[in-house]
Amino acid sequence: MRNLKRFRYLAVLVALALAVSSCGSDSDEAAAADCELNQIDGDLALYNWAEYIDEEQLAEFATEYGISATMDVYDSNEAMQPIISAGNSGYDVIVPSDYMVSILIADSKVQKLNSEAIPNAKNISSDFSGLYYDPSGEYTVPYQWGTTGIGVNTTVVGKDFPRSWGLIFDPSISGAFDGKIQLLNDPRETMGAALKYLGYSLNTTDKGELDKAKDLVASTADRLAAFNTDSADEFLTSGETVIGHGYSGDMFVQFLETDNPEDYVYFVPEEGGTRWIDNMGIPFDAPHPCTAHTFINWLLGADQGAALSNWNYYGTPNDAAVAGLDEDLLDFVNDPELLAGGVDSLEEIEDTGDFEINYADAFVEAKG
Amino acid sequence: MSTSVEPRGWAKAALHLNGWVVYMFFYAPIVLLVIYSFSNSRNVGTWGGFTFDWYRDFFDSSNARGALSNSVKIAIFSTIISVALGTMAALSLERFTFRGKKVFDALLYLPIIIPDVTMAVMMLLFFGEFFDVLDTLFGLGLRKGFWSISISHIAFNISFVSVVVRARLAGMNTDLEEAAIDLYASRWKAFRYVTFPQIVPGIAGGALLAMTLSLDDVVITQFVAGPGWTTLPVYVFGLIRKGVTPLINAVSVTMLVISMLLVVLSLVAQRVRRSG
Amino acid sequence: MKTVVRADTKTATATPEFEKAALRQESRRGLFLAMPAYLYLIFFFVISLFIVFIYSFATRNRFGGTDLSGWNLDSYARISEPIVRDVLFRSVWLAFLTTVICLVIAYPFAYFLSTRRVAVRNIMLVFVMIPFWTNFLVRNFAWRVILGNDGPLTNTTEFLGLGSAELLFTQTAVVLGLVYGYLPFMILPLYAAIERIDRRLLEASRDLYGTGLQSFRHVLFPLSLPGVIAGSILVFVPSLGAYVTPEILGGAKTTLLGSYIVTQFLTARNWPFGAALSFVLMLVMLVTTIVYFRKGGRTL
Repeated sequence: MRNLKRFRYLAVLVALALAVSSCGSDSDEAAAADCELNQIDGDLALYNWAEYIDEEQLAEFATEYGISATMDVYDSNEAMQPIISAGNSGYDVIVPSDYMVSILIADSKVQKLNSEAIPNAKNISSDFSGLYYDPSGEYTVPYQWGTTGIGVNTTVVGKDFPRSWGLIFDPSISGAFDGKIQLLNDPRETMGAALKYLGYSLNTTDKGELDKAKDLVASTADRLAAFNTDSADEFLTSGETVIGHGYSGDMFVQFLETDNPEDYVYFVPEEGGTRWIDNMGIPFDAPHPCTAHTFINWLLGADQGAALSNWNYYGTPNDAAVAGLDEDLLDFVNDPELLAGGVDSLEEIEDTGDFEINYADAFVEAKG
Repeated sequence: MSTSVEPRGWAKAALHLNGWVVYMFFYAPIVLLVIYSFSNSRNVGTWGGFTFDWYRDFFDSSNARGALSNSVKIAIFSTIISVALGTMAALSLERFTFRGKKVFDALLYLPIIIPDVTMAVMMLLFFGEFFDVLDTLFGLGLRKGFWSISISHIAFNISFVSVVVRARLAGMNTDLEEAAIDLYASRWKAFRYVTFPQIVPGIAGGALLAMTLSLDDVVITQFVAGPGWTTLPVYVFGLIRKGVTPLINAVSVTMLVISMLLVVLSLVAQRVRRSG
Repeated sequence: MKTVVRADTKTATATPEFEKAALRQESRRGLFLAMPAYLYLIFFFVISLFIVFIYSFATRNRFGGTDLSGWNLDSYARISEPIVRDVLFRSVWLAFLTTVICLVIAYPFAYFLSTRRVAVRNIMLVFVMIPFWTNFLVRNFAWRVILGNDGPLTNTTEFLGLGSAELLFTQTAVVLGLVYGYLPFMILPLYAAIERIDRRLLEASRDLYGTGLQSFRHVLFPLSLPGVIAGSILVFVPSLGAYVTPEILGGAKTTLLGSYIVTQFLTARNWPFGAALSFVLMLVMLVTTIVYFRKGGRTL
């Protein structure tokens, strides 16, 4: 019994020691790994979103370089981040979204890329240079990109609707479809849509603006079928909703799955919307950085880039790959009415640092 | 030994009806699940003609197969350990008194009441630190994987098993046990031949529960898994993010069939043991 | 009477020293049985929990990580905010409702199960568990299809002339989903406890009491109380922290405690607040458990 008490004290001391030790360590600037072109230093462990790359394509890479390539999945940036940050995750390549990249860089959790090992980076379109989160592309290369907008079932809503966020937020426009509207269950995207509709930036750090957006979402909440992120496109095609807030690639794929794709429309409203970019990066303690570089370079090739987009139907940042894209995909991407407000109306989501929790809190309060 | 008290009259009818309703309730989504796993349509809920494609996709996918085998291995291993530890814990709490018993009792409830995500975060932090310490002290470069997941699963399963076994023990009549103690040479024999057979339903219930919890766990596993150790629910969770397709149904039905096979096997094994 | 000098018989009536030795040996045995689980939990659970406890006093840094400095009680202070209280009450109510419904459905079922022949019982029990060996996410999605706007339920009610059953994305759907998910957790302990009750007691009570209902109230139910309590805890607690079902079947339209905590750890990346919320939740549940146990006459 006395032994037990002593053990307990020891356990508490150990815990304290560990906790204290963890706050002392400062990660130093990760220098770029010393890797040559096509160098392999072990197997590839990819940490990616689900269904973002064809298993067969990954297997091709593995065979070509004579290694094994595994992929594990995460379903959100925020689930991936702590795992990478905790260290020793074992992953060589990760695919963070734009705002998460800026966080990872600031936190020194991704390492610098060795540009000599990634010559195919020249294939990246100039639209994707000078990105706010990694201006000189020192740490990441773009992987796929897309937009967030509204999908509409024109057989119910008709073809003559305003290409505006008002289609969701304004009862005078869509009151007839109450209970058949859906918004994303994502604070930044949904509050962002409201902010854009009200004419503000979706990265605002003004509490007043955010509060107005919150009220707007709150008044809309009762008119919704649901807040949902993963099935937005399906609800649209299954009839659960007629107006849906969702991601470009998902929408495209889903429309093509139906017997009558021309009945559905996806567009980014004229007030503007989100352009999101997912990127490839290498964790600070990746066990096989050179293999990682090789993989990134390989995927940036023209053929590989096209194969990637043709499989997941998202936008490719790779100029050289455009020639190899599927007809259907090109049709969607080149649709002149896709961006109702033009390219300049798009914003990327940025992390707002200390202000960030206000978005999450506002979203919870808006839902009620 | 124990005679059953048959309910009579309307009570009997009501009980039977309740039983059927419960089973229908349980199996309604399962039936749907199975049906749509053969549907040739990307949408779950729309019938698109019969097909085995989703099963083919599943078996072709090395990711999916790997996830499945990982889940089964971890579930079996963690169930065995947690049943052993949990049953011992339950016995100690229900049949003995000792110093620190109240603390132990309360401690056992913590894994049940802790929210999943909190446990996920804390296990992540723990293993991060733990492996760091091991690395600095012994130079052991351990990775998260089978062991970190199993350890986490056992941590919460011990409690669930002990709750079920305790419910069983609490209602038991101790006369038989005391008689056995007088008759048998050792406490161990008394346990083995008297107590144990009586608590087997509790242990079985606990084991079933532990197995289910391990096979279903998403958040905790997600945070403590390592490369190559994605489990099935984590895999399904990730798939769902991309879109709900009948592939998920195919995966589930496969799991179902495997579980049923395991159960049948264990029943057969019991039969064999009894007659052998 | 046998004078066997064995410490492990409860009927030893020898000297006080003998009694003390006997008790000590019993106590050692108990400790021996408890030790593996005890140590396991202390090492793998308590230490990690302690780390998170420390986190609840830390501050969220710019990047959503946690600074182990700037110790404060801010996260706990937020508990008094109206939104947090709303979330808390809503969740407790929902969990309570789920528990009661589970109890009402599971009790007759568990009793019924216990009256079957042994062979049948085991098979029936296994058939209860089998659906739960499918992935629980998928089961939730299956319910989403069933309750959907063009799903089997609506088709059935329309066929019966009852109009369309717009159950999906309502509170009812969430309760249904939760009950579905946790019913076995109520059935198993209830069954384990009821099955153990000596049938002769029940027979005797039927002879003594006029109706089955009285027999139930005065004999069956009290004897099965440990199972009722265990089952209630096994249902109430996870229901309180549930977040998948409210999202899939409820359309994420109301925030419940489970989602709220997950949001803090993931979307908001506000670990200190998430940790504080978790501890408050655990405290509430621990207190409830203790109270519940005391009422049930057990020691805790």
